[in-house]
Amino acid sequence: MNVTVATRSRRQAAVRVDQAVRRFGDRVVLDHLDLAVDEDELVVLLGPSGCGKSTLLRLLAGLDRPDGGRVEVPARRAIVFQGDRLLPWQRVLRNVTLGLRGPDAERRGREALAEVGLSGRERAWPKELSGGEAQRVSLARALVAEPELVLLDEPFAALDAITRLRMHGLVRGLRGRHHAAMLLVTHDVDEAIALADRIVVMSDGRIGTSRLVRLSDTDREASAAREELRSALLDDLGLAGRR
Amino acid sequence: MTGTPLAAPVAGADADTAAAAHAETDAAVVTHAHADAVAATHTETDAAAESDADADADADPGRTADAVAPGREIFLPVGARRRTPLGTIRRRLRWPLGIYTTPVLLLVAWQILSGTGVLSAAYAPAPSAIVANAVDLWRQGVLGPDLAVSLRRAGLGLALGLTVGVTAGVLGGLLRRGEYLFNGVVQVLNTVPLLAVLPLMIVWFGIGETTKVLLISFGAGVPMYLNLFAAIRGVDQRLIEMARTTGAGTWRLVSRVLVPGALPGFLVGLRFSLAYSVLGLVAAETVNADQGLGFLITQGQTYLQTGQVFVGLAVYSLLGLLADQFVRILERVLLRWRPGYEAS
Repeated sequence: MNVTVATRSRRQAAVRVDQAVRRFGDRVVLDHLDLAVDEDELVVLLGPSGCGKSTLLRLLAGLDRPDGGRVEVPARRAIVFQGDRLLPWQRVLRNVTLGLRGPDAERRGREALAEVGLSGRERAWPKELSGGEAQRVSLARALVAEPELVLLDEPFAALDAITRLRMHGLVRGLRGRHHAAMLLVTHDVDEAIALADRIVVMSDGRIGTSRLVRLSDTDREASAAREELRSALLDDLGLAGRR
Repeated sequence: MTGTPLAAPVAGADADTAAAAHAETDAAVVTHAHADAVAATHTETDAAAESDADADADADPGRTADAVAPGREIFLPVGARRRTPLGTIRRRLRWPLGIYTTPVLLLVAWQILSGTGVLSAAYAPAPSAIVANAVDLWRQGVLGPDLAVSLRRAGLGLALGLTVGVTAGVLGGLLRRGEYLFNGVVQVLNTVPLLAVLPLMIVWFGIGETTKVLLISFGAGVPMYLNLFAAIRGVDQRLIEMARTTGAGTWRLVSRVLVPGALPGFLVGLRFSLAYSVLGLVAAETVNADQGLGFLITQGQTYLQTGQVFVGLAVYSLLGLLADQFVRILERVLLRWRPGYEAS
Protein backbone atom coordinates (compact mmCIF):
# COMPACT_ATOMS: atom_id res chain seq x y z
CA MET A 1 0.00 0.00 0.00
CA ASN A 2 1.38 3.36 -1.06
CA VAL A 3 -0.69 5.50 1.24
CA THR A 4 -0.03 5.53 4.94
CA VAL A 5 -1.01 7.77 7.77
CA ALA A 6 2.08 9.79 8.49
CA THR A 7 3.90 9.91 11.77
CA ARG A 8 5.95 12.89 12.89
CA SER A 9 9.05 13.16 10.77
CA ARG A 10 12.47 12.71 12.26
CA ARG A 11 14.18 15.02 9.75
CA GLN A 12 14.77 18.69 10.50
CA ALA A 13 11.61 20.72 10.14
CA ALA A 14 11.49 23.83 7.95
CA VAL A 15 8.16 24.83 9.42
CA ARG A 16 7.07 24.16 12.97
CA VAL A 17 3.70 25.27 14.23
CA ASP A 18 2.82 24.46 17.84
CA GLN A 19 -0.65 24.93 19.24
CA ALA A 20 -1.36 27.96 17.03
CA VAL A 21 -4.56 29.81 17.79
CA ARG A 22 -6.13 32.53 15.65
CA ARG A 23 -9.47 34.14 16.36
CA PHE A 24 -11.48 36.68 14.43
CA GLY A 25 -13.95 38.07 16.95
CA ASP A 26 -15.78 35.10 18.46
CA ARG A 27 -14.87 32.79 15.61
CA VAL A 28 -11.91 30.52 16.30
CA VAL A 29 -10.31 29.88 12.92
CA LEU A 30 -7.21 28.05 14.10
CA ASP A 31 -7.77 25.98 17.21
CA HIS A 32 -4.48 24.79 18.71
CA LEU A 33 -3.14 23.65 15.37
CA ASP A 34 0.08 21.67 15.02
CA LEU A 35 1.99 21.32 11.78
CA ALA A 36 5.52 20.48 10.71
CA VAL A 37 6.95 20.60 7.21
CA ASP A 38 10.33 19.01 6.53
CA GLU A 39 13.09 20.50 4.47
CA ASP A 40 12.58 19.73 0.80
CA GLU A 41 9.08 18.42 1.42
CA LEU A 42 5.99 19.53 -0.51
CA VAL A 43 2.98 19.50 1.75
CA VAL A 44 -0.45 20.20 0.34
CA LEU A 45 -2.95 21.71 2.73
CA LEU A 46 -6.38 20.62 1.62
CA GLY A 47 -9.67 21.88 2.88
CA PRO A 48 -12.94 23.48 1.89
CA SER A 49 -13.27 27.25 1.51
CA GLY A 50 -13.26 29.12 4.79
CA CYS A 51 -11.65 26.35 6.83
CA GLY A 52 -8.67 28.48 7.81
CA LYS A 53 -6.15 27.39 5.16
CA SER A 54 -5.30 30.89 4.07
CA THR A 55 -5.21 32.12 7.66
CA LEU A 56 -2.60 29.51 8.47
CA LEU A 57 -0.62 30.44 5.38
CA ARG A 58 -0.64 34.12 6.35
CA LEU A 59 0.68 33.18 9.79
CA LEU A 60 3.52 31.25 8.18
CA ALA A 61 4.24 34.15 5.84
CA GLY A 62 4.47 36.55 8.75
CA LEU A 63 1.63 38.65 7.34
CA ASP A 64 -0.44 37.94 10.45
CA ARG A 65 0.33 37.04 14.07
CA PRO A 66 -1.14 34.17 16.09
CA ASP A 67 -3.31 34.83 19.14
CA GLY A 68 -1.70 31.90 20.88
CA GLY A 69 0.92 29.21 20.37
CA ARG A 70 4.12 29.45 18.38
CA VAL A 71 5.05 29.61 14.68
CA GLU A 72 8.61 28.99 13.52
CA VAL A 73 9.60 29.48 9.88
CA PRO A 74 12.81 30.22 7.96
CA ALA A 75 13.63 33.90 7.45
CA ARG A 76 14.15 33.24 3.73
CA ARG A 77 10.69 32.49 2.50
CA ALA A 78 8.55 33.48 -0.44
CA ILE A 79 4.87 33.48 -1.28
CA VAL A 80 2.96 32.84 -4.47
CA PHE A 81 -0.43 34.45 -4.06
CA GLN A 82 -3.70 33.44 -5.61
CA GLY A 83 -3.64 36.44 -7.93
CA ASP A 84 -0.34 37.14 -9.66
CA ARG A 85 0.11 40.45 -7.75
CA LEU A 86 2.55 41.81 -10.30
CA LEU A 87 3.32 45.52 -10.25
CA PRO A 88 1.61 46.76 -13.42
CA TRP A 89 4.03 49.70 -13.74
CA GLN A 90 7.17 47.57 -13.77
CA ARG A 91 8.31 45.39 -16.62
CA VAL A 92 8.41 41.63 -16.05
CA LEU A 93 12.12 41.48 -15.18
CA ARG A 94 11.88 44.29 -12.62
CA ASN A 95 8.92 42.49 -11.05
CA VAL A 96 11.04 39.39 -10.59
CA THR A 97 14.02 41.26 -9.13
CA LEU A 98 11.87 43.34 -6.76
CA GLY A 99 13.37 41.81 -3.62
CA LEU A 100 16.89 41.24 -4.95
CA ARG A 101 19.99 43.29 -4.24
CA GLY A 102 23.42 43.25 -5.74
CA PRO A 103 24.99 43.53 -9.17
CA ASP A 104 23.91 40.07 -10.35
CA ALA A 105 20.22 40.67 -9.59
CA GLU A 106 19.36 41.12 -13.24
CA ARG A 107 21.18 37.95 -14.32
CA ARG A 108 19.42 35.94 -11.62
CA GLY A 109 16.09 37.42 -12.64
CA ARG A 110 16.68 36.37 -16.25
CA GLU A 111 17.62 32.86 -15.14
CA ALA A 112 14.49 32.56 -13.02
CA LEU A 113 12.36 33.69 -15.95
CA ALA A 114 14.09 31.15 -18.19
CA GLU A 115 13.28 28.42 -15.68
CA VAL A 116 9.57 29.14 -15.91
CA GLY A 117 9.79 29.27 -19.71
CA LEU A 118 9.52 33.02 -20.15
CA SER A 119 12.85 33.89 -21.73
CA GLY A 120 12.43 36.82 -24.06
CA ARG A 121 9.49 38.26 -22.17
CA GLU A 122 11.66 40.27 -19.74
CA ARG A 123 10.62 43.61 -21.17
CA ALA A 124 6.89 42.89 -21.40
CA TRP A 125 4.43 44.80 -19.24
CA PRO A 126 2.43 42.56 -16.88
CA LYS A 127 -0.84 43.57 -18.55
CA GLU A 128 0.41 42.09 -21.81
CA LEU A 129 0.69 38.62 -20.25
CA SER A 130 -1.88 35.87 -20.16
CA GLY A 131 -3.08 34.57 -16.80
CA GLY A 132 -0.77 31.57 -16.92
CA GLU A 133 2.26 33.66 -17.93
CA ALA A 134 1.59 36.15 -15.15
CA GLN A 135 1.41 33.36 -12.59
CA ARG A 136 4.66 31.94 -13.95
CA VAL A 137 6.30 35.33 -13.42
CA SER A 138 5.10 35.35 -9.83
CA LEU A 139 6.53 31.83 -9.44
CA ALA A 140 9.86 33.12 -10.78
CA ARG A 141 9.68 36.07 -8.38
CA ALA A 142 9.21 33.65 -5.48
CA LEU A 143 12.05 31.32 -6.51
CA VAL A 144 14.64 33.90 -7.58
CA ALA A 145 15.82 34.58 -4.01
CA GLU A 146 16.42 30.83 -3.38
CA PRO A 147 14.03 30.68 -0.41
CA GLU A 148 14.07 27.85 2.13
CA LEU A 149 10.28 27.88 2.26
CA VAL A 150 7.81 28.60 -0.52
CA LEU A 151 4.20 29.21 0.43
CA LEU A 152 1.64 28.84 -2.35
CA ASP A 153 -1.86 30.13 -1.68
CA GLU A 154 -4.17 28.48 -4.22
CA PRO A 155 -1.75 29.65 -6.91
CA PHE A 156 -3.45 27.97 -9.84
CA ALA A 157 -7.09 28.32 -8.79
CA ALA A 158 -7.79 31.11 -11.27
CA LEU A 159 -6.22 29.32 -14.24
CA ASP A 160 -7.97 27.17 -16.81
CA ALA A 161 -7.66 23.39 -16.55
CA ILE A 162 -5.07 23.02 -19.33
CA THR A 163 -2.82 25.78 -18.02
CA ARG A 164 -3.15 24.33 -14.52
CA LEU A 165 -1.87 20.96 -15.68
CA ARG A 166 1.11 22.67 -17.35
CA MET A 167 1.82 24.56 -14.12
CA HIS A 168 1.78 21.29 -12.17
CA GLY A 169 4.42 19.94 -14.52
CA LEU A 170 6.42 23.14 -14.11
CA VAL A 171 6.29 22.93 -10.31
CA ARG A 172 7.47 19.31 -10.37
CA GLY A 173 10.36 20.30 -12.62
CA LEU A 174 11.32 23.26 -10.43
CA ARG A 175 11.44 21.07 -7.33
CA GLY A 176 14.33 19.19 -8.85
CA ARG A 177 16.42 22.37 -9.01
CA HIS A 178 15.28 24.29 -5.95
CA HIS A 179 15.59 22.57 -2.64
CA ALA A 180 12.96 24.28 -0.58
CA ALA A 181 10.14 23.20 1.63
CA MET A 182 6.83 23.98 -0.02
CA LEU A 183 3.39 24.38 1.45
CA LEU A 184 0.63 24.58 -1.12
CA VAL A 185 -2.89 25.47 -0.12
CA THR A 186 -5.68 24.22 -2.36
CA HIS A 187 -9.25 22.98 -2.38
CA ASP A 188 -8.59 20.84 -5.44
CA VAL A 189 -8.12 17.16 -4.57
CA ASP A 190 -6.63 16.33 -7.97
CA GLU A 191 -4.08 19.12 -7.66
CA ALA A 192 -3.14 17.79 -4.23
CA ILE A 193 -2.57 14.29 -5.59
CA ALA A 194 -0.62 15.60 -8.59
CA LEU A 195 1.92 17.49 -6.50
CA ALA A 196 2.10 16.42 -2.88
CA ASP A 197 4.66 14.46 -0.89
CA ARG A 198 2.15 14.64 1.91
CA ILE A 199 -1.44 15.82 2.01
CA VAL A 200 -2.88 17.23 5.19
CA VAL A 201 -6.60 17.86 5.49
CA MET A 202 -7.81 20.73 7.66
CA SER A 203 -11.02 20.57 9.60
CA ASP A 204 -12.38 22.50 12.56
CA GLY A 205 -9.28 24.68 12.74
CA ARG A 206 -6.88 21.78 13.09
CA ILE A 207 -5.00 19.35 10.93
CA GLY A 208 -7.35 16.41 10.63
CA THR A 209 -5.55 13.65 8.73
CA SER A 210 -2.12 13.55 7.18
CA ARG A 211 -1.38 11.18 4.31
CA LEU A 212 2.00 10.49 2.77
CA VAL A 213 1.86 10.15 -1.00
CA ARG A 214 4.42 7.77 -2.46
CA LEU A 215 3.27 7.51 -6.03
CA SER A 216 5.28 7.77 -9.23
CA ASP A 217 4.41 10.54 -11.64
CA THR A 218 2.52 8.17 -13.91
CA ASP A 219 0.68 6.60 -10.99
CA ARG A 220 -0.40 10.06 -9.91
CA GLU A 221 -2.17 10.50 -13.21
CA ALA A 222 -4.03 7.22 -13.30
CA SER A 223 -3.76 4.16 -11.10
CA ALA A 224 -5.76 2.15 -8.62
CA ALA A 225 -3.70 3.62 -5.77
CA ARG A 226 -4.52 7.12 -6.96
CA GLU A 227 -8.24 6.40 -6.93
CA GLU A 228 -7.92 4.86 -3.49
CA LEU A 229 -6.13 7.97 -2.21
CA ARG A 230 -8.67 10.22 -3.88
CA SER A 231 -11.63 8.52 -2.27
CA ALA A 232 -9.86 8.52 1.09
CA LEU A 233 -9.28 12.28 0.77
CA LEU A 234 -12.88 12.90 -0.21
CA ASP A 235 -13.82 10.87 2.83
CA ASP A 236 -11.56 13.07 4.97
CA LEU A 237 -13.27 16.13 3.56
CA GLY A 238 -16.68 14.67 4.40
CA LEU A 239 -17.53 14.22 0.73
CA ALA A 240 -17.62 10.42 0.63
CA GLY A 241 -19.71 8.89 -2.14
CA ARG A 242 -19.67 12.10 -4.22
CA ARG A 243 -16.85 11.23 -6.57
CA MET B 1 -22.64 26.08 -43.71
CA THR B 2 -23.17 22.43 -43.19
CA GLY B 3 -20.71 20.91 -45.69
CA THR B 4 -17.14 19.92 -44.92
CA PRO B 5 -15.27 20.75 -48.20
CA LEU B 6 -13.76 23.94 -46.72
CA ALA B 7 -11.89 21.93 -44.14
CA ALA B 8 -11.06 18.91 -46.29
CA PRO B 9 -7.45 18.93 -47.52
CA VAL B 10 -7.92 18.20 -51.23
CA ALA B 11 -4.92 18.68 -53.55
CA GLY B 12 -3.76 22.27 -54.25
CA ALA B 13 -5.63 24.51 -56.67
CA ASP B 14 -8.49 22.05 -57.07
CA ALA B 15 -9.29 22.38 -53.41
CA ASP B 16 -9.37 26.16 -53.63
CA THR B 17 -11.71 26.21 -56.58
CA ALA B 18 -13.90 23.58 -55.01
CA ALA B 19 -14.10 25.52 -51.79
CA ALA B 20 -14.79 28.76 -53.63
CA ALA B 21 -17.51 27.15 -55.68
CA HIS B 22 -19.04 25.71 -52.58
CA ALA B 23 -18.94 29.04 -50.80
CA GLU B 24 -20.56 30.70 -53.77
CA THR B 25 -23.44 28.27 -53.92
CA ASP B 26 -23.92 28.56 -50.20
CA ALA B 27 -23.97 32.34 -50.38
CA ALA B 28 -26.50 32.14 -53.19
CA VAL B 29 -28.71 29.88 -51.12
CA VAL B 30 -28.52 32.20 -48.13
CA THR B 31 -29.37 35.29 -50.18
CA HIS B 32 -32.23 33.48 -51.81
CA ALA B 33 -33.64 32.33 -48.49
CA HIS B 34 -33.38 35.83 -47.11
CA ALA B 35 -35.13 37.29 -50.13
CA ASP B 36 -37.92 34.81 -49.58
CA ALA B 37 -38.24 35.81 -45.96
CA VAL B 38 -38.38 39.48 -46.90
CA ALA B 39 -41.04 38.82 -49.49
CA ALA B 40 -43.07 36.75 -47.07
CA THR B 41 -43.03 39.08 -44.09
CA HIS B 42 -42.52 42.64 -45.25
CA THR B 43 -45.33 44.88 -46.33
CA GLU B 44 -44.70 47.64 -48.83
CA THR B 45 -44.16 50.30 -46.15
CA ASP B 46 -41.62 48.03 -44.46
CA ALA B 47 -39.74 47.71 -47.73
CA ALA B 48 -39.69 51.50 -48.06
CA ALA B 49 -38.30 51.81 -44.54
CA GLU B 50 -35.62 49.28 -45.44
CA SER B 51 -34.49 51.24 -48.47
CA ASP B 52 -34.21 54.29 -46.19
CA ALA B 53 -32.05 52.28 -43.86
CA ASP B 54 -29.89 51.22 -46.80
CA ALA B 55 -29.39 54.84 -47.71
CA ASP B 56 -28.19 55.48 -44.15
CA ALA B 57 -25.90 52.50 -44.22
CA ASP B 58 -22.88 54.32 -45.63
CA ALA B 59 -23.21 56.98 -42.95
CA ASP B 60 -22.78 54.26 -40.30
CA PRO B 61 -19.39 52.60 -40.84
CA GLY B 62 -20.42 49.54 -38.78
CA ARG B 63 -23.05 48.52 -41.29
CA THR B 64 -22.22 46.65 -44.45
CA ALA B 65 -24.08 46.37 -47.69
CA ASP B 66 -24.90 42.72 -46.98
CA ALA B 67 -28.32 42.01 -45.62
CA VAL B 68 -28.16 40.93 -42.00
CA ALA B 69 -30.75 38.55 -40.65
CA PRO B 70 -32.72 39.97 -37.70
CA GLY B 71 -31.21 39.11 -34.33
CA ARG B 72 -27.75 38.56 -35.84
CA GLU B 73 -24.63 40.70 -35.86
CA ILE B 74 -21.72 40.50 -38.25
CA PHE B 75 -18.23 41.70 -37.34
CA LEU B 76 -15.69 42.37 -40.05
CA PRO B 77 -12.14 43.73 -39.97
CA VAL B 78 -12.03 47.51 -39.75
CA GLY B 79 -10.24 47.72 -43.10
CA ALA B 80 -12.98 45.72 -44.80
CA ARG B 81 -15.50 48.57 -44.60
CA ARG B 82 -16.67 49.91 -47.89
CA ARG B 83 -14.39 52.86 -48.66
CA THR B 84 -15.99 55.50 -50.78
CA PRO B 85 -14.08 58.74 -51.48
CA LEU B 86 -16.97 60.61 -49.89
CA GLY B 87 -16.75 58.48 -46.72
CA THR B 88 -13.01 59.12 -46.42
CA ILE B 89 -13.50 62.87 -46.68
CA ARG B 90 -16.33 62.74 -44.18
CA ARG B 91 -14.22 60.74 -41.71
CA ARG B 92 -11.35 63.18 -42.02
CA LEU B 93 -13.64 66.17 -41.61
CA ARG B 94 -15.33 64.84 -38.50
CA TRP B 95 -12.63 65.77 -35.96
CA PRO B 96 -9.82 67.19 -38.06
CA LEU B 97 -8.00 68.88 -35.16
CA GLY B 98 -8.75 66.46 -32.34
CA ILE B 99 -9.71 68.24 -29.13
CA TYR B 100 -8.98 71.62 -30.72
CA THR B 101 -11.78 71.26 -33.25
CA THR B 102 -14.44 72.92 -31.08
CA PRO B 103 -12.28 75.84 -29.91
CA VAL B 104 -11.19 76.53 -33.49
CA LEU B 105 -14.78 76.30 -34.74
CA LEU B 106 -15.85 78.76 -32.04
CA LEU B 107 -13.07 81.15 -33.04
CA VAL B 108 -14.08 80.94 -36.69
CA ALA B 109 -17.73 81.59 -35.80
CA TRP B 110 -16.65 84.52 -33.64
CA GLN B 111 -14.57 85.95 -36.47
CA ILE B 112 -17.46 85.66 -38.90
CA LEU B 113 -19.96 87.22 -36.47
CA SER B 114 -17.58 90.13 -35.86
CA GLY B 115 -16.85 90.54 -39.54
CA THR B 116 -20.55 90.72 -40.43
CA GLY B 117 -21.13 93.28 -37.69
CA VAL B 118 -23.40 91.08 -35.53
CA LEU B 119 -20.89 91.41 -32.65
CA SER B 120 -19.93 95.00 -31.89
CA ALA B 121 -16.20 95.62 -31.61
CA ALA B 122 -16.83 97.55 -28.35
CA TYR B 123 -18.10 94.36 -26.68
CA ALA B 124 -15.88 91.74 -28.30
CA PRO B 125 -13.34 92.52 -31.00
CA ALA B 126 -12.74 89.88 -33.65
CA PRO B 127 -10.04 87.26 -32.96
CA SER B 128 -7.96 88.77 -35.76
CA ALA B 129 -8.22 92.18 -34.08
CA ILE B 130 -7.13 90.64 -30.77
CA VAL B 131 -4.10 89.10 -32.42
CA ALA B 132 -3.28 92.42 -34.09
CA ASN B 133 -3.71 94.14 -30.72
CA ALA B 134 -1.40 91.62 -29.07
CA VAL B 135 1.26 92.21 -31.75
CA ASP B 136 0.87 95.97 -31.21
CA LEU B 137 1.25 95.67 -27.47
CA TRP B 138 4.30 93.43 -27.96
CA ARG B 139 5.90 95.97 -30.31
CA GLN B 140 5.22 98.75 -27.83
CA GLY B 141 7.19 96.72 -25.29
CA VAL B 142 4.23 96.28 -22.95
CA LEU B 143 3.13 92.68 -23.41
CA GLY B 144 6.59 91.07 -23.29
CA PRO B 145 7.72 92.40 -19.91
CA ASP B 146 4.22 91.95 -18.42
CA LEU B 147 4.18 88.33 -19.55
CA ALA B 148 7.66 87.78 -18.15
CA VAL B 149 6.64 89.24 -14.79
CA SER B 150 3.53 87.06 -14.68
CA LEU B 151 5.42 83.94 -15.65
CA ARG B 152 8.03 84.58 -12.97
CA ARG B 153 5.31 84.94 -10.36
CA ALA B 154 3.54 81.79 -11.55
CA GLY B 155 6.83 79.88 -11.64
CA LEU B 156 7.87 80.96 -8.15
CA GLY B 157 4.40 80.32 -6.74
CA LEU B 158 4.21 76.90 -8.40
CA ALA B 159 7.68 75.92 -7.22
CA LEU B 160 6.85 76.86 -3.66
CA GLY B 161 3.33 75.40 -3.68
CA LEU B 162 4.34 72.13 -5.36
CA THR B 163 7.33 71.67 -3.05
CA VAL B 164 5.20 72.09 0.05
CA GLY B 165 2.29 70.13 -1.43
CA VAL B 166 4.43 67.21 -2.59
CA THR B 167 6.48 67.04 0.63
CA ALA B 168 3.40 67.16 2.84
CA GLY B 169 1.53 64.78 0.54
CA VAL B 170 4.31 62.20 0.60
CA LEU B 171 4.73 62.43 4.38
CA GLY B 172 0.97 62.36 4.91
CA GLY B 173 0.54 59.46 2.52
CA LEU B 174 3.37 57.34 3.88
CA LEU B 175 3.17 58.03 7.61
CA ARG B 176 0.26 57.97 10.01
CA ARG B 177 1.88 60.88 11.89
CA GLY B 178 2.17 62.85 8.68
CA GLU B 179 -1.53 62.33 8.07
CA TYR B 180 -2.41 63.61 11.56
CA LEU B 181 -0.05 66.54 11.14
CA PHE B 182 -1.22 67.82 7.77
CA ASN B 183 -4.60 66.41 6.85
CA GLY B 184 -6.79 68.49 9.15
CA VAL B 185 -5.11 71.76 8.21
CA VAL B 186 -5.24 71.12 4.48
CA GLN B 187 -8.85 69.99 4.57
CA VAL B 188 -9.72 73.27 6.29
CA LEU B 189 -7.63 75.27 3.82
CA ASN B 190 -9.27 73.45 0.93
CA THR B 191 -12.69 74.88 1.86
CA VAL B 192 -11.32 78.44 2.15
CA PRO B 193 -11.82 80.23 -1.18
CA LEU B 194 -8.66 81.57 -2.76
CA LEU B 195 -10.17 84.99 -3.31
CA ALA B 196 -11.27 85.31 0.31
CA VAL B 197 -7.68 84.87 1.53
CA LEU B 198 -6.44 87.69 -0.68
CA PRO B 199 -7.48 90.64 1.59
CA LEU B 200 -5.94 88.89 4.58
CA MET B 201 -2.69 88.29 2.74
CA ILE B 202 -2.54 91.93 1.71
CA VAL B 203 -2.89 92.89 5.39
CA TRP B 204 -0.17 90.42 6.37
CA PHE B 205 2.33 90.70 3.55
CA GLY B 206 1.48 94.01 1.91
CA ILE B 207 0.74 94.50 -1.76
CA GLY B 208 4.17 93.39 -2.95
CA GLU B 209 5.35 90.26 -4.67
CA THR B 210 5.18 88.11 -1.53
CA THR B 211 1.38 88.19 -1.47
CA LYS B 212 1.10 87.29 -5.11
CA VAL B 213 3.56 84.40 -4.96
CA LEU B 214 2.00 83.05 -1.76
CA LEU B 215 -1.48 83.20 -3.23
CA ILE B 216 -0.38 81.22 -6.27
CA SER B 217 1.46 78.67 -4.15
CA PHE B 218 -1.61 78.33 -1.94
CA GLY B 219 -3.69 77.59 -5.02
CA ALA B 220 -1.14 75.06 -6.28
CA GLY B 221 -0.19 73.36 -3.01
CA VAL B 222 -3.60 72.38 -1.63
CA PRO B 223 -4.86 70.28 -4.58
CA MET B 224 -1.43 68.66 -4.92
CA TYR B 225 -1.45 67.57 -1.28
CA LEU B 226 -5.01 66.23 -1.42
CA ASN B 227 -4.50 64.26 -4.62
CA LEU B 228 -1.09 62.90 -3.71
CA PHE B 229 -2.28 61.84 -0.26
CA ALA B 230 -5.27 60.02 -1.72
CA ALA B 231 -3.12 58.45 -4.45
CA ILE B 232 -0.53 57.04 -2.03
CA ARG B 233 -3.22 55.71 0.29
CA GLY B 234 -5.01 54.28 -2.71
CA VAL B 235 -2.11 52.06 -3.83
CA ASP B 236 -3.32 48.46 -3.78
CA GLN B 237 -2.68 47.01 -0.31
CA ARG B 238 -2.14 43.56 -1.82
CA LEU B 239 0.79 44.87 -3.84
CA ILE B 240 2.34 46.45 -0.75
CA GLU B 241 1.91 43.17 1.12
CA MET B 242 3.48 41.28 -1.78
CA ALA B 243 6.47 43.63 -1.92
CA ARG B 244 7.08 43.14 1.80
CA THR B 245 7.10 39.35 1.40
CA THR B 246 9.76 39.48 -1.32
CA GLY B 247 12.16 40.97 1.20
CA ALA B 248 12.20 44.39 -0.48
CA GLY B 249 13.27 47.10 1.96
CA THR B 250 11.44 50.31 2.75
CA TRP B 251 13.28 52.20 0.02
CA ARG B 252 12.36 49.60 -2.61
CA LEU B 253 8.77 49.64 -1.37
CA VAL B 254 8.58 53.42 -1.72
CA SER B 255 10.46 53.72 -5.00
CA ARG B 256 9.02 50.73 -6.86
CA VAL B 257 5.53 50.36 -5.41
CA LEU B 258 4.22 53.49 -3.73
CA VAL B 259 5.67 56.23 -5.95
CA PRO B 260 4.81 54.64 -9.32
CA GLY B 261 1.46 53.51 -7.94
CA ALA B 262 0.66 57.05 -6.87
CA LEU B 263 1.79 58.63 -10.17
CA PRO B 264 -1.63 58.75 -11.85
CA GLY B 265 -3.02 60.58 -8.81
CA PHE B 266 0.02 62.86 -8.74
CA LEU B 267 -0.63 63.86 -12.34
CA VAL B 268 -4.26 64.64 -11.54
CA GLY B 269 -2.97 66.82 -8.69
CA LEU B 270 -0.52 68.51 -11.05
CA ARG B 271 -3.30 69.29 -13.49
CA PHE B 272 -5.32 70.97 -10.74
CA SER B 273 -2.27 72.74 -9.35
CA LEU B 274 -1.38 74.27 -12.69
CA ALA B 275 -4.95 75.37 -13.30
CA TYR B 276 -5.34 76.87 -9.81
CA SER B 277 -2.00 78.61 -10.04
CA VAL B 278 -3.22 80.46 -13.13
CA LEU B 279 -6.39 81.27 -11.16
CA GLY B 280 -4.27 82.56 -8.27
CA LEU B 281 -2.20 84.56 -10.75
CA VAL B 282 -5.33 86.27 -12.10
CA ALA B 283 -6.65 86.98 -8.60
CA ALA B 284 -3.32 88.31 -7.36
CA GLU B 285 -2.62 90.48 -10.38
CA THR B 286 -6.05 91.98 -10.82
CA VAL B 287 -5.79 93.55 -7.36
CA ASN B 288 -2.87 95.86 -6.63
CA ALA B 289 -0.46 95.28 -9.43
CA ASP B 290 1.61 97.71 -11.45
CA GLN B 291 3.01 95.08 -13.80
CA GLY B 292 1.92 91.78 -15.24
CA LEU B 293 -0.98 90.41 -17.28
CA GLY B 294 -3.54 91.24 -14.60
CA PHE B 295 -2.35 94.83 -14.61
CA LEU B 296 -2.70 94.85 -18.38
CA ILE B 297 -6.32 93.73 -18.01
CA THR B 298 -7.14 96.20 -15.22
CA GLN B 299 -5.60 98.98 -17.26
CA GLY B 300 -7.61 97.98 -20.31
CA GLN B 301 -10.76 97.97 -18.19
CA THR B 302 -10.02 101.42 -16.78
CA TYR B 303 -9.45 102.97 -20.19
CA LEU B 304 -12.26 100.98 -21.87
CA GLN B 305 -9.72 99.18 -24.06
CA THR B 306 -11.73 95.97 -24.56
CA GLY B 307 -9.11 94.70 -26.97
CA GLN B 308 -6.41 94.90 -24.33
CA VAL B 309 -8.62 92.99 -21.85
CA PHE B 310 -9.10 90.30 -24.44
CA VAL B 311 -5.36 90.07 -25.11
CA GLY B 312 -4.83 89.43 -21.39
CA LEU B 313 -7.58 86.81 -21.32
CA ALA B 314 -6.21 85.13 -24.43
CA VAL B 315 -2.74 84.88 -22.89
CA TYR B 316 -4.20 83.40 -19.70
CA SER B 317 -6.12 80.78 -21.66
CA LEU B 318 -3.02 79.95 -23.70
CA LEU B 319 -1.11 79.42 -20.45
CA GLY B 320 -3.87 77.04 -19.33
CA LEU B 321 -3.68 75.20 -22.63
CA LEU B 322 0.11 74.88 -22.40
CA ALA B 323 -0.15 73.55 -18.85
CA ASP B 324 -2.64 70.92 -20.01
CA GLN B 325 -0.39 69.89 -22.89
CA PHE B 326 2.54 69.62 -20.50
CA VAL B 327 0.65 67.22 -18.22
CA ARG B 328 -0.54 65.23 -21.23
CA ILE B 329 3.04 64.68 -22.36
CA LEU B 330 4.03 63.67 -18.83
CA GLU B 331 1.16 61.18 -18.74
CA ARG B 332 2.18 59.70 -22.05
CA VAL B 333 5.75 59.19 -20.85
CA LEU B 334 5.12 58.15 -17.24
CA LEU B 335 2.03 55.99 -17.67
CA ARG B 336 3.22 53.87 -20.57
CA TRP B 337 2.38 50.73 -18.62
CA ARG B 338 -1.31 51.46 -18.82
CA PRO B 339 -2.68 49.77 -21.92
CA GLY B 340 -5.17 51.88 -23.81
CA TYR B 341 -4.43 54.89 -21.64
CA GLU B 342 -4.77 57.19 -24.63
CA ALA B 343 -8.31 56.07 -25.28
CA SER B 344 -9.61 56.60 -21.76
